Amino acid sequence: MIECQGLTKRYGEKIAVDQLSFVVRPGVVTGFLGPNGSGKSTTMRMIVGLDAPSAGDVKVNGRRYHDLAWPLREIGALLEAKAIHPGRSARSHLRMLCETNAIPLRRIDEVLDLVGLTAIANQRAGKFSLGMGQRLGIAAALLGDPAVLLLDEPVNGLDPDGIRWARNLMRGLAREGRTVFVSSHLMSEMALTADEVVIIGKGRLIAQLPVADLLAQSSQRYVRVRSPQIEQLKDVLEEHGASVAQEDDGALSVRAMDEVAIGDLAASSSITLHELSPQSASLEEAFMELTEDSIEYRGATASGTATPQSSTLAAESL
Amino acid sequence: MRFGKIAVIHLSAMLAVVGRHRHRGGPFGIIVLVIVVAVLAVLLVQRRRERSGIAESAPGAALAHVKLAMSDTNTGDFDTAGGRLAWAPMPMPPGRYGLSGLLRSEWTKLRSVRSTGWTLAITVVLGIGVSVIVTAETRAHWSTTDHQGFDPISTSLIGVFIGQFAVGVLGVLVMSSEYGTGTIRSTLAAAPRRPLVLSAKVLVFGAVALVVGEVVAFVAFFVGQALLSAPAVHASLSTPGAWRAVVGSGLYIAVLGLFSLGLATVIRHTAGAISAFVGILLVLPLVVAALPSSLQSDVRRFLPDRIGSELINGNGFGFPGAFSPWIGFLIMCGYTAALLVAGGVLMVRRDA
Repeated sequence: MIECQGLTKRYGEKIAVDQLSFVVRPGVVTGFLGPNGSGKSTTMRMIVGLDAPSAGDVKVNGRRYHDLAWPLREIGALLEAKAIHPGRSARSHLRMLCETNAIPLRRIDEVLDLVGLTAIANQRAGKFSLGMGQRLGIAAALLGDPAVLLLDEPVNGLDPDGIRWARNLMRGLAREGRTVFVSSHLMSEMALTADEVVIIGKGRLIAQLPVADLLAQSSQRYVRVRSPQIEQLKDVLEEHGASVAQEDDGALSVRAMDEVAIGDLAASSSITLHELSPQSASLEEAFMELTEDSIEYRGATASGTATPQSSTLAAESL
Repeated sequence: MRFGKIAVIHLSAMLAVVGRHRHRGGPFGIIVLVIVVAVLAVLLVQRRRERSGIAESAPGAALAHVKLAMSDTNTGDFDTAGGRLAWAPMPMPPGRYGLSGLLRSEWTKLRSVRSTGWTLAITVVLGIGVSVIVTAETRAHWSTTDHQGFDPISTSLIGVFIGQFAVGVLGVLVMSSEYGTGTIRSTLAAAPRRPLVLSAKVLVFGAVALVVGEVVAFVAFFVGQALLSAPAVHASLSTPGAWRAVVGSGLYIAVLGLFSLGLATVIRHTAGAISAFVGILLVLPLVVAALPSSLQSDVRRFLPDRIGSELINGNGFGFPGAFSPWIGFLIMCGYTAALLVAGGVLMVRRDA
């Protein structure tokens, strides 16, 4: 459990994080979304006590970070890839962390095995690729077997296999009942990994809501249709509740009805279709739309308007 | 480029050292030149490493078998039922993280990077080697030189002044490399009480520097005295001032190492802290030398290099107006303590 209350960070005149309040619950993966520079990393550094908040506070498992008896056994953090001395081996890096929190040294081999770095455990970390650095960072976060995990852009630099692995790992950790808080600037990745998202822009909370609701809220999804019987088609679609607009090239953009229903309707009305294409590359746009105008959407929550499209949408985005 | 700046400072410092010791004859200048080049080389290698750590480095040949290993274990779904990390939380030990764990951790950090071994080896080799060369050279030219005021003790310990640079560089790296590589964030997340982290570093590195310093001092002394065969004058540990000079040399190296650790805690950058360290030891004396002579001895006696000279001097009070060896040493400890306290306060106040 992570609780932020009015968390604020100022650097001189500039406000990096502005009165951020949210709760990250155990048992689910919570995505932390925001454009680059929106204050995600600063927030995460404040959670683990590296940066001092200018105002407000943050608690991990109900306590201030500085009051934790064994910090690594309560919360594991991956803050940046390759934050390792390049001359030190993965094993030594993990060992020195174990020793600070009286973690049994056998955990080193366990986490190395878990992230797949056993074979290169004794090599100097300077030779590691970014992806291997990420894996070592994840291993370090898991070292104390903590109930809370804080991962800043963990899939950065991972290959597709690695991304899938990391996604399954995070979901598995949440299923075990842990709190998993993962930042990303990629909406599509979060749509697949997270159950819930906290969205910030310019350091302010824009929304905290289940991913399914966010996807449903996206107004950008539509189906592009072309037909020689365009007027007839338009009437039929509108009759059945779709919202239809004509585009410059004569095609129709249809909202609030998916391509299956449109195709069925056209067939039953004996209308010829020349194109029927769902336009789905809209997640990032929806996200940007949200974050661009932080005031308007500030504090907005889910309104439960889930549509069947959302799952299709998520699957298409990768 | 920052490294260029250090190089310039080193070169000017080198010239200063050569100039100061010119009366000892040609070989000394060459030795100092070699040493400074060696220190520069170590710095350059260290800097490269720090860079390569930050920049994405090309995956080497090692990657091939890593990929294999990864595909064995990690392409499958994360299997909670398989139980590799099926969660029965580890039992929490009683109490709280503390100094003993941090000491172990710092010891692991210190011995798990190559620069430690290198810099300590350079300290030992140069500290003893330079002493031996200078002593042997003195003995070889014994019949042709003037021996008024010859001090066999300080002659055999002269290498301390070279060894101090390597220890100082290591003292800086112990702290600055954590900031340079980002390791500091792992360290402080694991142990958020920062003064405790700094204390652990001071204790572990201080102990290592002290052992190395004393080894250098004792070996240099005994080898040096053995080389100073008759008719040259030689000393033994029972010679007045000898015990103090030898033990004091090791202590001086240790405290200077902690002094540079303090500088790095305040400055947090390798290049900046090493420049400051070299500047204080070598450039500051030049600046002071430019002061009116009435002021010079009043100011110079406060400089670390002068305090060090007094400590290794068997006769004591080698320079007019200087502090006695142990008073000087206490002043040196005072500087170091002040720097470390300032560094600790800044560490708590600054974001990591």
